[in-house]
Amino acid sequence: MGKYLLRLGALGYLTLLLLIPVGLVFYRAFEHGFGHAWDAVSNPQAVHALELTLLIAAIAVPANTVFGIIMALALVRTRFPGRGLVNAIVDLPLALSPVVVGLALFLLYGRGGWLGGLADHGIRILFAIPGMVLATIFISLPFVVREVVPVLREVGTDQEQAAETLGASPFQVFRRVTLPSIRWAVAYGVVLTTARAIGEFGAVSIVSGRIQGKTETLPLYVQDRFEGFDVSGAYAASVVLAMIAIATVVALRAFHPREETSR
Amino acid sequence: MATDVAALERPRAATGGARGSLAFGVAMGYLSIVVLLPLAALVWSSRAAGLDEFWSQVTRPEAVAALKLTLGVGAVCALVNAVAGTAIAWTLVRDRFPGKGTVDAVIDLPFALPTIVAGLTLLSLYGPGPPTRINIAFTRLGLLVALLFVTLPFVVRAVQPVLLELDTEMEEAAASLGAGSVAVFRRIVFPNLLPAILSGVALAFARAVGEFGAVVLISGNIPFKTEVSSVYIFGQLQAGNGTGAAAVSVLLLAISLGVLLLIGAFRRWRTRHDG
Repeated sequence: MGKYLLRLGALGYLTLLLLIPVGLVFYRAFEHGFGHAWDAVSNPQAVHALELTLLIAAIAVPANTVFGIIMALALVRTRFPGRGLVNAIVDLPLALSPVVVGLALFLLYGRGGWLGGLADHGIRILFAIPGMVLATIFISLPFVVREVVPVLREVGTDQEQAAETLGASPFQVFRRVTLPSIRWAVAYGVVLTTARAIGEFGAVSIVSGRIQGKTETLPLYVQDRFEGFDVSGAYAASVVLAMIAIATVVALRAFHPREETSR
Repeated sequence: MATDVAALERPRAATGGARGSLAFGVAMGYLSIVVLLPLAALVWSSRAAGLDEFWSQVTRPEAVAALKLTLGVGAVCALVNAVAGTAIAWTLVRDRFPGKGTVDAVIDLPFALPTIVAGLTLLSLYGPGPPTRINIAFTRLGLLVALLFVTLPFVVRAVQPVLLELDTEMEEAAASLGAGSVAVFRRIVFPNLLPAILSGVALAFARAVGEFGAVVLISGNIPFKTEVSSVYIFGQLQAGNGTGAAAVSVLLLAISLGVLLLIGAFRRWRTRHDG
């Protein structure tokens, strides 16, 4: 009896909080027909917003992937002073408000900021793509590191040492031994990083200046449409983002070892 | 378990000599430029006008009201997550029902879904107009629901692996000795799960305190009523009060760091429990 109550409670909570709201967005987007929804996401402003979102992710995700692998190796395989501190800094974006991140970049690169002078030399960071990329990198920084660190700990160094003894160069050891053992963790981390990069709102909202057709990403476009009373446009763009999210969830399942999900 | 492996590892200067050191240096430089430099600029900006100005900015009535609301709603959100998250994790690990794999996958959806879309989805269901008669838009309850949505995965994903590894033998032994199911949970399962629950709750709290995208549409951002700190910071920046925005941001930064330190302590506690 208690078991069924618990099941009912857990599933009911998920249904009310998650399934019905997300389902309803799909319904709302298509309630005036598929053609209407298609028009709403195929106008130049929406297409540009989607392209910009993907472009930013295409820069931020590889950068954080390379950084993440190196950082994970450094954190697990080396001892250096301040390791605990570095560990905490890597985790910080998980716990910090995106608005604070956006403001920090705004103050650094804005007029009167330490690096505000860059704009005078023709290097535009704020209200342009570089600032948005920096904000996205900051926000999505921890995921690859966090996924790779436990796997590196678990595999240990036996195989690497064996390869080294057999005469492999450090790079060969990394490419032939280390990388294959962490590849699924990297893939998992990359999917998480991508999802976070595509969905980023708060930080990008501040540093982009939200110039329509120029520095407006798809999440910003959703808010812009909603506040411009084009609700069906906002829903249609949301559906595009929701489908990316669902693809993310499916990819996460695929990369996750089967036995870990249920007993 | 993880610490044992770490302890056995041979300390090495850097992975693979000179090339390794170079890679390490580049990673540290990246971390400094991307994360540390902006945060240093933020702290510096908040103090540039002097400590008195910093203090008068963070004690403005609107700023105080926003911070109180943020911490209060964050605490309620963390509490609900502690119960609901543990119950969901339990159901996913110990219960059997058709479609369990799908439900398990759906838990990650709030993480993958852009926060602005999360806000819009909740507004479409619980906002003004059909299909429900419930209207919690522009209320604190709406704020709470939005935060519950985005923080859903944290406790579930923290508790699930611990529950999977937990041996049922202890529970069976307790049950055979006459302990009821409540006693078994309270005396055996709960103490084992506690560090994981607390780490999940702490992360959920941090996320709730900083959340912006999901609350910006549904809260209505009414000062003294539904305006949280992140929205306040955004508003102050738009109004040209960069110092005020920076001052409150520094408070949020301190809260985030505090929560991370706590999580570190919970993690050490958990590894000690593993023996």
